[in-house]
Amino acid sequence: MPAVRGDGMRGLAVFISDIRNCKSKEAEIKRINKELANIRSKFKGDKTLDGYQKKKYVCKLLFIFLLGHDIDFGHMEAVNLLSSNKYSEKQIGYLFISVLVNTNSELIKLIIQSIKNDLASRNPIHVNLALQCIANIGSREMAEAFGNDIPKLLVSGDTMDVVKQSAALCLLRLFRTSQDIIPGGEWTSRIIHLLNDQHMGVVTAATSLIDALVKKNPEEYKGCVSLAVSRLSRIVTASYTDLQDYTYYFVPAPWLSVKLLRLLQNYTPPAEDPGVRGRLNECLETILNKAQEPPKSKKVQHSNAKNAVLFEAISLIIHNDSEANLLVRACNQLGQFLSNRETNLRYLALESMCHLATSEFSHEAVKKHQEVVILSMKMEKDVSVRQQAVDLLYAMCDKSNAEEIVQEMLNYLETADYSIREEMVLKVAILAEKYATDYTWYVDVILNLIRIAGDYVSEEVWYRVIQIVINRDEVQGYAAKTVFEALQAPACHENMVKVGGYILGEFGNLIAGDQRSSPAVQFQLLHSKYHLCSPMTRALLLSTYIKFINLFPEIRTQVQEVFKQDSNLRSADAELQQRASEYLQLSIIASSDVLATVLEEMPAFPERESSILAVLKKKKPGRVPENDVKENKSPTPITASNHTNEINASNTSQADLLGLSTPPTSQPNNSSNTGVLLDVLGDIYSKPNNNVGNQNSSLVVDPKKFVCKNNGVLFENELIQIGVKSEFRQNLGRLGLFYGNKTTTSLQNFVPTLLWSEEQAAKLSVQMKSVEPTLEAGAQIQQMINAECIDDYTDAPNIVVSFVYNAVLQKITIKLPLTLNKFFEPTEMNGESFFARWKNLGNANQQRSQKIFKASQPMDLQASRQKMIGFGMQLLDGIDPNPDNFVCAGIIHMRSQQVGCLLRLEPNKNAQMYRLTVRSSKEPVSVEICELLAEQF
Amino acid sequence: MMQFMLLFSRQGKLRLQKWYVAHPDKLKKKITRELITTILARKPKMCSFLEWRDLKIVYKRYASLYFCCAIEQDDNELLTLEVIHRYVELLDKYFGSVCELDIIFNFEKAYFILDELMLGGEIQETSKKNVLKAIAAQDLLQEEETPQGFFDDHGLG
Repeated sequence: MPAVRGDGMRGLAVFISDIRNCKSKEAEIKRINKELANIRSKFKGDKTLDGYQKKKYVCKLLFIFLLGHDIDFGHMEAVNLLSSNKYSEKQIGYLFISVLVNTNSELIKLIIQSIKNDLASRNPIHVNLALQCIANIGSREMAEAFGNDIPKLLVSGDTMDVVKQSAALCLLRLFRTSQDIIPGGEWTSRIIHLLNDQHMGVVTAATSLIDALVKKNPEEYKGCVSLAVSRLSRIVTASYTDLQDYTYYFVPAPWLSVKLLRLLQNYTPPAEDPGVRGRLNECLETILNKAQEPPKSKKVQHSNAKNAVLFEAISLIIHNDSEANLLVRACNQLGQFLSNRETNLRYLALESMCHLATSEFSHEAVKKHQEVVILSMKMEKDVSVRQQAVDLLYAMCDKSNAEEIVQEMLNYLETADYSIREEMVLKVAILAEKYATDYTWYVDVILNLIRIAGDYVSEEVWYRVIQIVINRDEVQGYAAKTVFEALQAPACHENMVKVGGYILGEFGNLIAGDQRSSPAVQFQLLHSKYHLCSPMTRALLLSTYIKFINLFPEIRTQVQEVFKQDSNLRSADAELQQRASEYLQLSIIASSDVLATVLEEMPAFPERESSILAVLKKKKPGRVPENDVKENKSPTPITASNHTNEINASNTSQADLLGLSTPPTSQPNNSSNTGVLLDVLGDIYSKPNNNVGNQNSSLVVDPKKFVCKNNGVLFENELIQIGVKSEFRQNLGRLGLFYGNKTTTSLQNFVPTLLWSEEQAAKLSVQMKSVEPTLEAGAQIQQMINAECIDDYTDAPNIVVSFVYNAVLQKITIKLPLTLNKFFEPTEMNGESFFARWKNLGNANQQRSQKIFKASQPMDLQASRQKMIGFGMQLLDGIDPNPDNFVCAGIIHMRSQQVGCLLRLEPNKNAQMYRLTVRSSKEPVSVEICELLAEQF
Repeated sequence: MMQFMLLFSRQGKLRLQKWYVAHPDKLKKKITRELITTILARKPKMCSFLEWRDLKIVYKRYASLYFCCAIEQDDNELLTLEVIHRYVELLDKYFGSVCELDIIFNFEKAYFILDELMLGGEIQETSKKNVLKAIAAQDLLQEEETPQGFFDDHGLG
């Protein structure tokens, strides 16, 4: 038992020894219960206890409490000690109260009274004891009781320095509890001027207080900026002997320096006073310079204190984000730390660089350290350092290095710590989406994520890849092919089955031409996973199967067999049972037209912030990781360093790319839909913010997709959905337009008008039936349009749909899918006759039209094939010696003539170019067909 | 602002706890357990900082004792390490080569010293001399008072 100092309590020491000697937890509890009983009886006993004994027992209770046991008595005795005239008793009383705060209002009143007495004491030690107690409890009652006295104590001329220090921090504590206790007016300036106090301890404590006050009312406390800069300037230029005891291991006043640097981060760089700004920059430069000086001591305390100031200075430099020179210097300094042998420094340097990466001045400078950071991610022994490296890679990622960083993160993910996998998956998914220029890359990355870390791929991630594939035509064929291949792995993650099921259900047809992925093969492959999956995934697969029935009528019986199985039709899971029986009935009863409508390809998803980003933000509430280079806040012009312009340039292109992150390919930005996936996700997204309803809005829609497509949703926003079904025979066409009111009120003055001049109508005559002028809430009406192709024409008619919603006129102009190619009749022919005609038509120059153009979408053979078929001509396989080329033939029917048409499309993958040649007996037809088709690639 | 400071032994026994924000006892125990387990599981050469919930944890081991502080996002990690070091220096100076036992048997003193160094979660006095002066002044007050119960107490109390 060590010696006890002061007027040590021997009884307490003996008790502590007893507890320590207990061999078991039970023995300890027994000893404690014995002691509690003893103390209880002493407190209840008739014999009045003297102060010393009370103190001793209260102290024992405190000890028992700190061991983790509950204490439900003794509070009164502790409060009694507060009014003892012996300091040691009073002190123990205060300690007990501070540790075991009890909101018992009776007691609080007594406590407050005792504190009041001590606060008024002439002995500063008593005053401080009272102040410490207020600060330790810091309750609202305390704020109410002492809100008046403490500010006075703080600024009064005859308060001693030690008391001022405590008063400042005590006030800060109460201010945090109730913000209204700080008086304004003249007090503001008096509090600010504490920054000029002679006593370093007072300044240090006051700076904490001012920092909090500034956060609430920056304008009122603005005066503190110049005072803080002056004070800081005096410290950083001081030699370490100047500040005597406030120098810590040869570093002058590190605590005060850090606090001042922190205080200044509440403001933008002092712009109105160039003198202050200049002085501040000098300070920051001095701090950066000192970092390069040899250390004055080998002790870690020296380097910690020095670097603490340095890191805080760098934080301020990043916060100000206005001095390119300082930012780059900061970055270089941190770069040095990346290979320091102190783990702590490497950790902090990585963390700090994350912030530098978001400044346009230093973004490029940070990127220079990419290799070291990648090494840190792989090699650091400590997971928290590796985590920082991952964060930094995420922050420094931009268009130029995205592929490399994403690849490195994917590589690391295979061995990454479980604790950081989920977050890494989110980050990789976000980066891949954000910087994808080629969406096949994006699809590859996400499928790799599922393969490598399937368990950590949250729903948002796989929802997102589906949204993107649905919204981007050009990637659909590739996605189908890739998921098909991925599913062939003997063991694949359930998330892969989900993505694969969804994508094949939508786009399996794009790869069905290949025997290796024929409809039956796709179906068998998916179904081989079925039994290993959870009910949720099974339900999704059942939907895929019914979609297959629509896409591939030839496997209908096989699919129906699956629906009929007892494990589905009589599944214990109500959802599966319902889906199986409903889908089965649907497949039996519905005609292929109905099936085609019900099981139509999903419409595009509305554009919005990536849902994954929202998840990442939620995961890290304290620190939203950033991957956006901020615009600089500097009022001064950028100094001419050549990398700055470069960044500006890449910024704008980056913004463009972002704009494209999920473009609905055929629909305007404000379209939305009610697809299944959206319903699932409904609550995650904020409502699309759309100005429909606020002002008269008019939109022009040209769904190019419908050149190769006859049915689908032409347009959709949150008010209305316009769908189309069309059929063509010879030179006649019939369109059904379906207008669905999505709102809960009726749409008034509902009038679709045709825009098609008489001159044009002489070539394509269009008749539109009229519709009722009111479209009731939730209702759908149909409008029939008949068209006849009389002569060759260009373009296609528009309709203007106008209506009034909430007293606001809405106008939507939509191009009808009535292009010339709709009147094609596909024509089979063999190679011999094709080449004969081709040659024949080629003789007259005016009969052919040729276009050479750059691919606007990734070149995907399967997707192209699908489009060619949808275009209406007969796709002739095996005629062109190059299997990648497409050769087609068709006849356009007009009222009194038929125009034969031949076509050849030659993709050049290396050059990312196409050559399209159309030959027909009529030159304008060749030109128009060429125009129409070229826009599809 | 510092939210709390914990001192615990290598065996995971809590020796001192100081909370600068009010939490229910149950939550305090939960936090303490969680952090002690986390930190004891870390290897010696590892970084002294870790992210924990929305706070930053700064810890350092001195002999058999771990000192662990939770600070907010704005706070400076390196300087928090030095707050710990300054506290250790003060304890060392006061007890003369402090050891874990000193803190067990004189926990109230450890609290008093900490209250002079930190108040309301912020550093109050960074000068070692000034803190020791304040503690000495307290001890002096005690010594002036005749320890009344001294003769009654025979260690059986």
